[in-house]
This record gives sequence, structure tokens and C-alpha cells, in this order.
Amino acid sequence: MVVDSAICYEVLRRMREDEQFDYCVDITAVHYPKREQPFDVVYILYSFHDNERVRVKTLITDGERLRSAVSIWPTANWLEREVFDMFGIEFDGHPDLKRILLPDGWKGHPLRKDYPILQQDKDWVQINLGIESGQ
Amino acid sequence: MNDSTRTAYLSPQTAQTRRGAGAPDLLDLDTKDQTFLDATELVLNMGPQHPSTHGVLRVILKLDGEKVLGTECVIGYLHRGVEKIAENRTYTMFNPYVDRMDYVAAVSNGLGYCEAVEKLFATEAPQRAQYIRVILTELCRIASHQVWLGTHALDIGALTPLFYCFRDREEILKIFEKYCGARLTTHAFRIGGCIYEAYDGFEQDCKNFCDAFLPKSDEYEELLTTNRIWVGRTKGIGILKPEDCIALGVTGPVLRASGVKWDLRKAQPYESYKAFDFEIPTGVNGDTYDRYLVRIQEMRQSVRIIRQAVDGLPSGPIVAKIPKVLKPPVGEVYHSIEAPKGELGYFIVSDGSTQPYRVRVRPPSFVNLQALDKMVRGMLVADVVAVIGTLDIVLGEVDR
Amino acid sequence: MLHAIKAYLSSNVTPGEAGDYLWATIYILLVVIGISLAVLAMNWLERKILAHMQIRLGPMRVGPHGLLQPVADAVKLLTKEDIIPDGADKLVFWSAPVVVTMTAFTTFLVVPFGRTHAVTDMNIGVLFMLGISSLGVLGIIMAGWSSNSHYPLLGSLRSSAQMVSYEIAMGFAIVSAVLMTSLQTGTGTLSMIGIVEAQNAQQTWFIFKYFPLGFLAFAIFAIAMVAETNRAPFDLPEAESELVAGFHTEYSGFRWSLFFLAEYGAMLAVSSIAVTLWLGGWLRPFPNWLSGALWDLAFSLVPALSFFVLAGLSLLGVVRMPKIPQFRAQTAGLLMFGLLLGFIGLTLLVPAVRVRVQDIFWFVAKVAFFMYLYIWYRGTFPRYRFDQLMKVGWKVLLPLGLGVVIVTAVVGVRQELWGVLAGVSR
Repeated sequence: MVVDSAICYEVLRRMREDEQFDYCVDITAVHYPKREQPFDVVYILYSFHDNERVRVKTLITDGERLRSAVSIWPTANWLEREVFDMFGIEFDGHPDLKRILLPDGWKGHPLRKDYPILQQDKDWVQINLGIESGQ
Repeated sequence: MNDSTRTAYLSPQTAQTRRGAGAPDLLDLDTKDQTFLDATELVLNMGPQHPSTHGVLRVILKLDGEKVLGTECVIGYLHRGVEKIAENRTYTMFNPYVDRMDYVAAVSNGLGYCEAVEKLFATEAPQRAQYIRVILTELCRIASHQVWLGTHALDIGALTPLFYCFRDREEILKIFEKYCGARLTTHAFRIGGCIYEAYDGFEQDCKNFCDAFLPKSDEYEELLTTNRIWVGRTKGIGILKPEDCIALGVTGPVLRASGVKWDLRKAQPYESYKAFDFEIPTGVNGDTYDRYLVRIQEMRQSVRIIRQAVDGLPSGPIVAKIPKVLKPPVGEVYHSIEAPKGELGYFIVSDGSTQPYRVRVRPPSFVNLQALDKMVRGMLVADVVAVIGTLDIVLGEVDR
Repeated sequence: MLHAIKAYLSSNVTPGEAGDYLWATIYILLVVIGISLAVLAMNWLERKILAHMQIRLGPMRVGPHGLLQPVADAVKLLTKEDIIPDGADKLVFWSAPVVVTMTAFTTFLVVPFGRTHAVTDMNIGVLFMLGISSLGVLGIIMAGWSSNSHYPLLGSLRSSAQMVSYEIAMGFAIVSAVLMTSLQTGTGTLSMIGIVEAQNAQQTWFIFKYFPLGFLAFAIFAIAMVAETNRAPFDLPEAESELVAGFHTEYSGFRWSLFFLAEYGAMLAVSSIAVTLWLGGWLRPFPNWLSGALWDLAFSLVPALSFFVLAGLSLLGVVRMPKIPQFRAQTAGLLMFGLLLGFIGLTLLVPAVRVRVQDIFWFVAKVAFFMYLYIWYRGTFPRYRFDQLMKVGWKVLLPLGLGVVIVTAVVGVRQELWGVLAGVSR
């Protein structure tokens, strides 16, 4: 199911409360650089009651912020942190939005398609590890 | 579906309370008004290198004397960028990478990935391949639980179960080695089926293992289950109520020990699990002791499944008819399996080329680790180690 | 000189009692060497037995079947760099291991290996041992405090709290055993030799006296002594307490080996107390039921026989060694070791030696049983959490110990009461 980013939070909340999708399986994102709305934020939800799984997708532009789903499902805490870490998508209302897998001072968001993987974050490596580059 | 089947996977009390619980009540965010470095409290760092945190996990504990007030997990020490790598490899080339994530139970990672890609192609592996896959995956489940049991007992102080468990794991790894040549990172399955035929004596080896293992699992139970020191260290520790489990997205034995009778092998059967008769063990209190019992029972149920699969192993091809150069149709798929640690999911986006556009791995340990904070509030420092052990974390999976 | 030696050999009191300085000094030296050798042997035994319980082999390479492993460990520890933490209080840091080791060794002044085989026999023997081992707690606190580091301090405080708590339970158990010494003669004694003589006179080991009272006191002591020496399952201060190694974290090399020596010495000391108080010290099994010259002879041959059995096992090991050139040195070593054991066995056959030494053998055999129990516990039980540990010490062992003392006292005064009680309970 594809929803508009503006009503995304509302839809998720309705899904949890009315449709009993009480288990947030995953929150992830996909980057399509050539589209006008490059990011696809995907919420995968599951209902124990109906034994059904649903995918809620919303398309957002670069820099657009989504409302955090932490108040609906506490699972979303780390899942959204990872989306932020890897893609740079920020969530409003998230209690502690900071990098989770990469070191805190890292520049760049690796899973974006335009991330320069060979250049990586040379600065961080040089400052913190004292070596010329990670290659 | 009528009401009785709808609530079939929930214990009665969960079904009743679920309606009323709202998300803000489930997670205590009461430490928000205090700074993390309050002067009267001690901040203790269980650093990345530590004998009891299985892998490189850093846990920052805020203590009041001995009691834990809050924790913060710092992960990412083992982040290898597996998802980014996937975008630059073909589907078959990526297969060995998935083993390296949950390296303790490599076979089930491979199973999930192969099934997800097969779902993209809308095919299924042939019957014989499915049975072989099930046998190997259940052996892998036992192996993973053995590692868990040995290391968990070691953390709590019992030195001997570690060696006994690894002795059993040796037998399983010997079977893996005979089957596909590798013990740990097996790369046992291919997209479309299995590449290796079951070797001569495969069924006999599995049967021998099952026969030898059941009395041994009784031995482990005898050593620990009624031992009052063990019970004292694990009963009432790290309690996680079923509503919290569901809200925090915890799956696997942790969820089942809290009383929620839910297993993906029964709820959304994949492979040939429909053909097998097994039970889902559940616990009552959701404490460490229940998780221990659930996992021991799961091992026994796995033995049951292996016996049924070995007895009913059909003949036939072991790989389905898929093109040599894998170019799945454009689309997305999410497929999850019941890995030993929980729900392992693969979300694959294909753009029609030979390389996946995006592979997202939903790691059970990552989501389970979030629950650590809730579980150790109010416990003593010595219990934190027990709770980390009982969550069955593999950092390779948490960090990918 | 020769006269002095002969005079001792035919005496029937300990050198200390006889005021014999020469032999007392010799005994002190023997005791110190003996404890060190025992600790070395314990190191090897612990590693081997624990390994065999865990279906692995243990040290096999260093000497034949790892027999030289303790020597290798000792050499390594002696040649290690001596690191002193930066802000440590040097005097206290230096003296803490000395205090702990000294107290562990001093307790052996009164341990009787036989009627005449003790350095001396104080009439407050048990109290002396208990008091001196309490002094060891001071050494632990000194060690933790002087390390100038957060975690050793907490570890040492925990260790000392645990040791102090369990000393109380030990005290109660000891009191109930001492009460039993007064049953026949009307006057009790705290002297270690006196306690064994009392068991001899009453013709029953105190563990079996007024069954199950004696056994209960023994059990309380057995549990408390494991906690007293910070061994599994009560070893949280040592194992991963506060995520480091407890009070001896900052000690390396020789200083650490002193702590190690002290720990095993303390284990030996409390085992000696247990053996003396409940298991009849140096008395051979069944001195009254199986009495007579023939039985005496048979039992006096047991030490020699046990050494022959050990020698036989070593020779069996020699036969089973792989017959490849790399193993020649080990095979030769094991053969020599087996022959040495056999030679000791032969010396023990000589009547003169046999008569004097058999007490020592029985005492050592019983203490060795306790050492095996220590290793067995380590291999079997998980660890108690600290608060559970303290709970067991204060809420379980202390009331139980108190109860045992009171019931022993009552029963002791009115011995006929026991017949009534025993009859009722059966």
C-alpha cells in the first residue's frame, strides 16, 4: 500500500489501533535517485490477530521529515535510527535520533546510491584511526 | 476466519489486554528528565571487549549502587555494510554473504535469502530440496541453541555445560562438513534448491545424531533445571511481559517464553513445514528461566522434525528450473523465516537486472536487543550479563 | 645432636609441647614446604580434574600428562614484570599479599597431622586458627584499597563482606563440634589434638555423633568454608565481579602468586579444620569396629598400597604413550615419576616408617577428599549472585548453625534425651 507522506503517520496509527497491526516488523528505505521523490520509506507490519502482513510505502523527497512511529510502536526506535544512519531521513519526535551502526562522527549516509563508496569518510578514518585511508 | 482461529496465536491474557494497551504506556521514558550523567549515580561501561557480551557489544549502564537504572547499547562495531555490498553483487554472488551475518546459525540465513529470491521468481524448490533444507535448518537450530546454552551457562558461572554443548555441536558440524564442505559458514543452499545431493549416509548420520542427542539434552536439563543456584540466578530475571514483547517487536524464543504462542513455521509455513508435526513450546512468566526451558524444548522439537523429515525424504530433483543468469522480474518481496534467534526477514527490491537493487535484512537480534533496556531496569549488575545471554544476541547479525 | 633426634623420635608429644626447638623448626620448615608442594599439586590436580569433568584433557604437553605444568606456571610468574599501579600506596600494596600469605601459613602451626606430628599443640588451637584466618580478610581489604582503582576496591569489599559473614556460620559449627568434645570427660577442649583424642575416646567421628546433628554441623561448615575461601559457587568477587578480577586485579607476577598461594593455603587450612573436627583427624577408619593387630597391620599397609596404585597408573600411562620419537622425553619422565612413586611406596612398607607416618597419610587423604570436593563444586555449580550469597550466609546458615548449637548443647547435657528424640523421629 502506497500512501502520501503527509498522512503516513495517521495511516500507521489507524493500522495499529483499528486494524490491530500491533507488530512492526521492519522499517526501511530505498533510494531511487532518478525519481522526483527519491526515497521510499517502507513500513512492514504484521497482525497477530489476522496473521497478515502488510507493506506500507511512502514516497518522500530529500530532506523531508516524517513523523516518528515510536509513539505507535516502540520497536521503531532503533529501526528509524538505522534508516537515519543509512539514508539520512530524519524523523520528527524520535527520542534519540542519532547514528546507530556507524561511528558518531561519520559524514555521509552509506546506503544512498550516490554515496562515494571508494572515497568513504577519509576524514573520520584519518582523525580517529590515524591512518591514511581505509582502503 | 472466525474468532477462535484469529486469536489462535495469542495466549488468552494477551488477547484480552491487547485492546486496552496504548503504546506510550509500554515504554517507560521516565529517565528523560534526568541527564545520563547524574552525579549521584555511577555510569559503568561494559566495553566492547568483554568476556560476557557475545561479540563486540558496548553497554553503558547507569547504576544506583548495584541496581541498574537504565542502559544504552552502542552497537556497530561489527558493521560490515552487507546491505551496500548486496547492491554490487549478483543474486548468487550475494548468497555467501548472508551466512556471515548470524555466523552461529549460518544455514538458516541462507535458507531465508534463497527463499526470498525464489519468491521473487515465484518458484519453489522441489520437494526433495525442501526436505533437505528443513533437515539442515533444524540441525542448525539445535547447533545455535547449543552455543546459546553453553555460553549462557558460562556467563552464569557453570563452567561445564559449555563443553558438553560444544561436543554435540561438533557432531552437527561434522554433518555439515560432510554435506557441503564447510562447518561454520556453510553456503549450503542455492537459489532454486540445493546444489549438493545428500551424501551417502546422510540419513543415517542424522538419525544417529538424533538418537544420541535426546538423552544428552535430558542430561543438560538434569544439570541445570532443578539446580537451585541456577533457578535463583534465572527465575524472575529479565521479565518481559507479552504486551511489551509485541510492542518492542521481539520475536523468537523470547516472545514464546512470554506466553505468546507464535512461530513462523506454524503461522506462515514455508518450505515443507506443513508436512511435519511438532509443537511450539511456550513459557509462562517471560523470565530467563522460561527462555531457557523454551529453548531446551525447541531443541527436542527440532529433533522430532528431523526424524520426520529423514523418514519421509522424497526422491526427485534437488534444484528447480530457473535460468542460469538470474534476472528476476521487477518487484519487491519480503520473506521471513523462523531463525533460531527470531524472525529473520529479507526485503529484496529488484529492478530487473542481475543485481538486486536493495537487500534489507531484518535481523532478529537487532530488534531483540532493543528490549534489553526494558528487561534490566531494576535488576542488579550481575543480572545484566545473564539477560544479555538470554536474549541470544549475535553481533554479526545486529550490525550486519 | 643424635641424642636430640632420637629423643624426639621416641616421644609422644609434639615438638612444641616438648619445648624442642630443633624439631619444632624442622616441623615448621616441613609444613611450609609441604603446603607449597600441596598448592603445586592442587594446581595440577585442579586443572586435570576440571578438564576431565569437562570432557577434555587438561595440560598434557608441559611434562608427561602436564605434571610439570605447575613448575612452568611458577617460573612464568616469578619472571613476570612487576607492575605497580601509578597511584598505589606502595607500602600497603607490597604488604597486602604478605599479610594474606602469612596468615594462611600461620594457621598451620596447630594443624595436627598425627599425635606427634604438629608444630605445637595450643590449648586454644581451633580458636587460634579461626582468628588468624580472620586476619586474612584484612589483607584482602588492603589489597583492594591500595590498588587505587575502582573495581578492585569494590571486589575486595565484596570479598571481605562475604568472608566475614560466613565466618559466623563457621563459628557456630565449630562450637557445636567443640561441645561434643566434652561429652565423655565433662571438660571440652579447643585444642586440635584434644578434639581428635576426644573422637578417639568416644569411638565415633563427630560427623556421625548424634546423627544427624553432627552431620548438619559438618554440612554447615563445609558450605561456609567454600564461601570463606572465595571459591565456586561463591566466587562472584573473583570471577567477573564488576567485570574484572576482583581484589587481585592489579597484582602481577610474584605478588599474584602469593595471593594464589594464600587462597589454596586457606583452602587447605579450613579443610584441615573440617577434617580434625568432624572426620577424626589422623585416625584411621574403624579403629574400634575393625580392631586388632591384623586390622592394624592391614590399615597401616594402605598408604604404601595407594602409592603402589599410583605408581601402577603412571606405568600404565607409560605403556600407553605414543611410541614416536617426540614423546621419548615425556615417556622417560613419566617412567621416572612412576618409579619415584613406587619407591615412596616401598619406603612406606618399612615398619618403622609405617608406624610413624600412617597418621599423616590418613590426614592428608581426608584433606585431599575435601580438595576434590572443591574442584567438583567448581565444575558443577553456577555462581551465586552476591545478594543471594549473603542471603544464604545470613538467613540460612546462621539460624541453622544457631539451632544446631542449641540442640547439641541440650542433647549433650541430657544424653538420654537423644535416645528419646531418635526413637520418636524413627
